[in-house]
Amino acid sequence: MREEKLRSETKKKKRIRSYPIIVLSIVYCLLFASMLGYICYYSYTNKQEFMNNKYNTRQQILTAKNKRGDILSREGEVLATTELDAEGKEKRVYPYEKEFAHVVGYSTNGKSGIEEFANYYLINTSIELSEKAALDKAGQKYPGDNVITTLDTHLQEVAYNALASRKGAIIVTDPKTGEILAMVSKPDFDPNTIAAEWDNMLKDTSGDAKLLNRATQGLYPPGSTFKIVTSIAYLTEHPTDYTQYRFSCNGKFAKGSDVISCYHGENHGNLDFYGSFAESCNSSYANIGLSVNQKTFNDTLDKLMFGQDLPVNFRYSKSSAEYTAGMSTADVMQLSIGQGTTAVSPLHINMITSAIANDGVLMKPHLISEVKCANGKVVDTFQEEKVKRLISSEEAGILRDMMEQVVLKGTASKLKGLSYTAAGKTGSAEFNSNSDSHAWFTGYAPADDPEICVTIIVENAGSGGSYAVPIAKRIFDAYFGVE
Amino acid sequence: MEVYITEISKYVIAGLLFLYTLEAFMAFRFKNEEKRKWLYARQIILMFAVQIACFVQIMARTGKAVYLFFFAFQIIIFASVIMLFYIIYPEGNRLIINNSCMLLMIGMIILTRLSYDRAVRQFFIIVASFVIGFFVPEIIFKFDFLKKFTWIYAALGVTAIGVVLLLGAVTNGSKISYTVGGITFQPSEVVKILFLFFMAGALYSSENIWQLLLTSFVAAVHVIILVLSKDLGSALIFFVIYLAMIYISTENIGYLAMGLGFATLASAVAYQHFSHVQVRVRAWMDPFTDIEGSGYQVSQSLFGISSGGWFGVGLYGGSPSSIPFVEQDFIFSAIAEELGVIFAVMMALICVSTFIEIMRIGYFLRDKYYRLVVCGIGVAYIFQTFLTIGGGAKFIPLTGVTLPFVSYGGSSVLVTIIMIMIVEGICMIRTDEKKEAIERIRRQRDNERRKASQRD
Repeated sequence: MREEKLRSETKKKKRIRSYPIIVLSIVYCLLFASMLGYICYYSYTNKQEFMNNKYNTRQQILTAKNKRGDILSREGEVLATTELDAEGKEKRVYPYEKEFAHVVGYSTNGKSGIEEFANYYLINTSIELSEKAALDKAGQKYPGDNVITTLDTHLQEVAYNALASRKGAIIVTDPKTGEILAMVSKPDFDPNTIAAEWDNMLKDTSGDAKLLNRATQGLYPPGSTFKIVTSIAYLTEHPTDYTQYRFSCNGKFAKGSDVISCYHGENHGNLDFYGSFAESCNSSYANIGLSVNQKTFNDTLDKLMFGQDLPVNFRYSKSSAEYTAGMSTADVMQLSIGQGTTAVSPLHINMITSAIANDGVLMKPHLISEVKCANGKVVDTFQEEKVKRLISSEEAGILRDMMEQVVLKGTASKLKGLSYTAAGKTGSAEFNSNSDSHAWFTGYAPADDPEICVTIIVENAGSGGSYAVPIAKRIFDAYFGVE
Repeated sequence: MEVYITEISKYVIAGLLFLYTLEAFMAFRFKNEEKRKWLYARQIILMFAVQIACFVQIMARTGKAVYLFFFAFQIIIFASVIMLFYIIYPEGNRLIINNSCMLLMIGMIILTRLSYDRAVRQFFIIVASFVIGFFVPEIIFKFDFLKKFTWIYAALGVTAIGVVLLLGAVTNGSKISYTVGGITFQPSEVVKILFLFFMAGALYSSENIWQLLLTSFVAAVHVIILVLSKDLGSALIFFVIYLAMIYISTENIGYLAMGLGFATLASAVAYQHFSHVQVRVRAWMDPFTDIEGSGYQVSQSLFGISSGGWFGVGLYGGSPSSIPFVEQDFIFSAIAEELGVIFAVMMALICVSTFIEIMRIGYFLRDKYYRLVVCGIGVAYIFQTFLTIGGGAKFIPLTGVTLPFVSYGGSSVLVTIIMIMIVEGICMIRTDEKKEAIERIRRQRDNERRKASQRD
């Protein structure tokens, strides 16, 4: 028995002539498998980004073959198209002129806006082979794919007119889907004539920064809109006993030698947590901010994506807000009321507001709903996409109550008593002592089942309640059809 | 009409190469050449079908008649190589020859598209290499005494690359070639063969640790000269050959681990002390930051690979010439762009199939010397392929070596064809071994039978 076992074992051993050869063969096969897998994955996922890189000469091959596709609004209105002039030269035409300047962008002298990030679709074509053959015969270029946006021409028009000649930005979204319905930035430019005006625009030193899309790339002190963030930090530490919060405001709040005063030194009297928010009491919020643990505050900032990448496909500026270890009491108080070094983009504030309106869940803000071939075939669709839960359902509920109080009893009373209900938060961000503050409003309507979320900033205007809220009202009116 | 041909031929080309690759791996189901006969026949048909489909695409796009003659000539030459090989060496391994010809053909197609003049030059080098190469198996088979020149190989090799270091011309910042009578040689390629034979000879006869150390020392001299010549790719290949052969010879995985540990340490030191190493590593980690400078090659290569998509933009449809040194170092990217990622991956898999077959031959060899040579060739081949494809695809840092069989470059093609022919020669030795073994068993049986009958 034993001998037999021994013999069979030696037989097995004999069968493998050289382990190293097997080991080496397997190692190299695995190496190749991972490398080829990597190549497929990497080239597929980065295809669009690489094609849009300005150092990639392959763009020219496509533009020589295909006519740049159209950009359409959600109703199918043409926002950008390519026409042939009398000499047969291609010309990019923007029928709405300045109205969609920043969001749609331009495609000469570099690219911006949708023209930039949807460039891949616009310069590629998905028409059938037979159509290509027919166009070849006729000596015509292939039509590029058309991009259908989520933009609403009516809301855009209202927002554009509401901002009038003021500098600032407006962004309107659907909190349930993340669709961007309108996006305005001023001062603006006419994309039809940008090539001719380019040199002058570059020379311009007035600080207008006409080309900058303030809605996504502008960074502003958030002012009182930041009290939303401070409130979330406070609620994390006081999930139930926040109702017991009391503060007596006499127009200013002092801690040691550091003093914070309320807007225009107003005396708010006795306040609870809701009241502090509705009246936008700086003194009370300095007090709240100081009571919050540094770690809690920073965790809240992280959770709300401050200093982080935002989940969007287009260009934006990163917001910054930080509670550093050695921060002075004065700076903490400034942080709590959205002043000091804190800087945010209107887009970011809109995302936080949308998440609150959507029960704490952030939907990915997007501008494109569909890409269609010239023959009507759908090439690509972009469904609504849940990014993540920013805050708990309970916290979102409390904040919605608070934001409703702002309209009912506080600084956004111009939205009270309308055919629809609204909620939000105003802000008046002071950035230097010489000029008027930036007027902010961020909010949504209807209050009980939010369908539309707007964020407005008007530069150097005055208080949010007086200058930003009326713009919000005009947009809400337009949305609910009560003009 | 043109658009139909170019669009449809894209899928046809990828499909045909897919079938070829499938056959290249199906071959491993059959152990002996006789059973693979029909599979090889199918492979040859597919091979020429790929060639013709690519040619049709080129004709549709360019309409130049001169290509017609060139391609007809290529088909004649490759067909005769395959036939002649079968007639002269019926006992050789035909999977390796088929794969080699397939890869050479792919190389010719993409080179024709990139630069017709270079393609013609390359074609003549291929023909010349095969003329030389056809003698190699016979030499290996007949002249067993070649095993004895171990130290002469080392001396020759060190001298050749040493001379380049001292007198060499600078190409792309590394001293790797020298020109004699108008022809530029890249000795590190030829020395690779000498090195393989030196290592095999030294390890074959080594009995103690001291001999092993001496061998390692001589190998290190090779590698150090190449590092000083800034030919990092070749230095790496030599080092990997050394490691693999030591491991196969000693069957001790400790040496492999030690070698890899040493390599990690050496890379860390090299990274800290050589600026050209740092540049390459940075260009690998993020080629886009310095896209106008050190990252230019890799980012252009990546643009090429990704722009083609699964089926490519068709020959003459892309802009592979925007990649610097596309014919040598980035031929894979050009292929991926115009013939598609699927085609490029299939091509890499054909290289893997060739590697597996080479290692299989080594595995079944009884003669340890030739086993070391064959496996050394296998590892050298696959590692070089890995370096060039991985370097261009940002999988590993770029080292600037050619893709064997496919890239433009005289020394590279000649040396690769000779290496493959050495494998074929050794393959005949293996067939011989098999016959001997059968003979031995028969004799044993006869003896036993005789003994048994005597007892009766």
